[in-house]
Amino acid sequence: MKDHLRHLKDEDVLLLLNDLLEQYGYDFTDYSFASVKRRLQRVYIADRFPSFAEFRYRVKTDPGYLVHLMEQITVNVTEMFRDPGFFQELRRQVLPILATYPLIRIWHAGCSSGEEAYSVAILLHELNLLHKSIIYATDINESVLETARKGIFPLQYMQQYSQNYLLSGGKEEFSRYYAANYEHAKFSDTLREKIIFAVHNLVTDRSFNEFQLIICRNVLIYFNKDLQDKVLHLFSDSLEQLGFLALGAKETLRFTTVAPLFKPVAQKEKIWRKMTQ
Amino acid sequence: MKSLPTLLVIGGSAGSLEVLMQLLPELKMDWPLAMIIVLHRKADSETLLSDLLSTKTCLCVKEAEEKDILLAGCIYVAPADYHLLIEPDGSLTLDASEKVHYSRPSIDVTFISAAEACGDRLYCLLLSGANMDGAEGLQIVHELGGFTAVQDPETAEASFMPKCAISTAKVDKVLNIREMIDFVRDLKE
Repeated sequence: MKDHLRHLKDEDVLLLLNDLLEQYGYDFTDYSFASVKRRLQRVYIADRFPSFAEFRYRVKTDPGYLVHLMEQITVNVTEMFRDPGFFQELRRQVLPILATYPLIRIWHAGCSSGEEAYSVAILLHELNLLHKSIIYATDINESVLETARKGIFPLQYMQQYSQNYLLSGGKEEFSRYYAANYEHAKFSDTLREKIIFAVHNLVTDRSFNEFQLIICRNVLIYFNKDLQDKVLHLFSDSLEQLGFLALGAKETLRFTTVAPLFKPVAQKEKIWRKMTQ
Repeated sequence: MKSLPTLLVIGGSAGSLEVLMQLLPELKMDWPLAMIIVLHRKADSETLLSDLLSTKTCLCVKEAEEKDILLAGCIYVAPADYHLLIEPDGSLTLDASEKVHYSRPSIDVTFISAAEACGDRLYCLLLSGANMDGAEGLQIVHELGGFTAVQDPETAEASFMPKCAISTAKVDKVLNIREMIDFVRDLKE
């Protein structure tokens, strides 16, 4: 039980966050403190540092370690067709409207290893829209994007994903979208070709295009109120008039400064539409 | 800045809902703490646990939303499929990261986070369950000055969780259901 004694103090966390900002330009100071502290605490114990000073020294002097740390601080838990009800609404209410555009541009912000971006590509494919769509899938971590670009996921999850897919209103055999090989499922090139994976930091980077749909689920929960507002303005500025914004199951526009610009489309499934300039 | 209300966190798994249904009706309108309830359940549970619990108490019960501020006399229920953390300023954070002990919400996660935010102004109570979640958290609650209590395994429908906590953490009190009700009812700010 000795691990319990090796507790990071709040001051330690603030020092590290300051190092990450000053030295590497990664700004976590407007992230939820409790969540960042918990993530740092986990790495600190998992990597068996004898003291906080040595942890800090490693972060400051080893850029290779930084890559690992970034992966550990940010949450990269995702699955295909997570919250099937959401994907059902996307299929039913949003994509038929996007179908009227000559070119469909979608931004998937905070895509992690890409499972949801592939899910959206599957929906587009089934509605015969994929050929005229581009999904820009971005994340702060280059290393998870590497996984996303390969489109190879553990075969053991496919049963769960297939179940999610069917619950979301999917009518096909889910297995037609991937080739199984030993422990892996490799998703088809038809899907991959329409997704551009790129690094984008929501805290520091700007808008890079205009979209008809922005999906950003379970990212804002890790930000404080000010940063949430800032990012929501970035989304609003990056949406075309009448574009759609989709957030995670426990995220809301309520009480934010962009709320007046949006009208709810599917309240329970957290989809809004931009109504005013 | 206004200081946080004293906090009671109750964690439970299999067999703990029945205990809560007995405990909650005993609390009066002026019960002076804030309460968080973390119960294991299926990720896609449609029925809201908070709706069910609110039928049993005159205190305000709500499913915790991100950025909610802890208030005395209110009961916050951790939502299915999210961990619940407490910020130093007493606001709540939801977290969709990896399951802990096959559970999200995890009791350990909330116990530890509460200990860091509340220090000695914290009571944690671990109920019936068939999982080892909660034990590590109780130990940290103890180390950071909080009070730890566990349901008497003899009275628990599933005794593994309270037993596990008693054997690995410093537990201040082991309580049967009647004692637990008295203990919670009589907590003071």
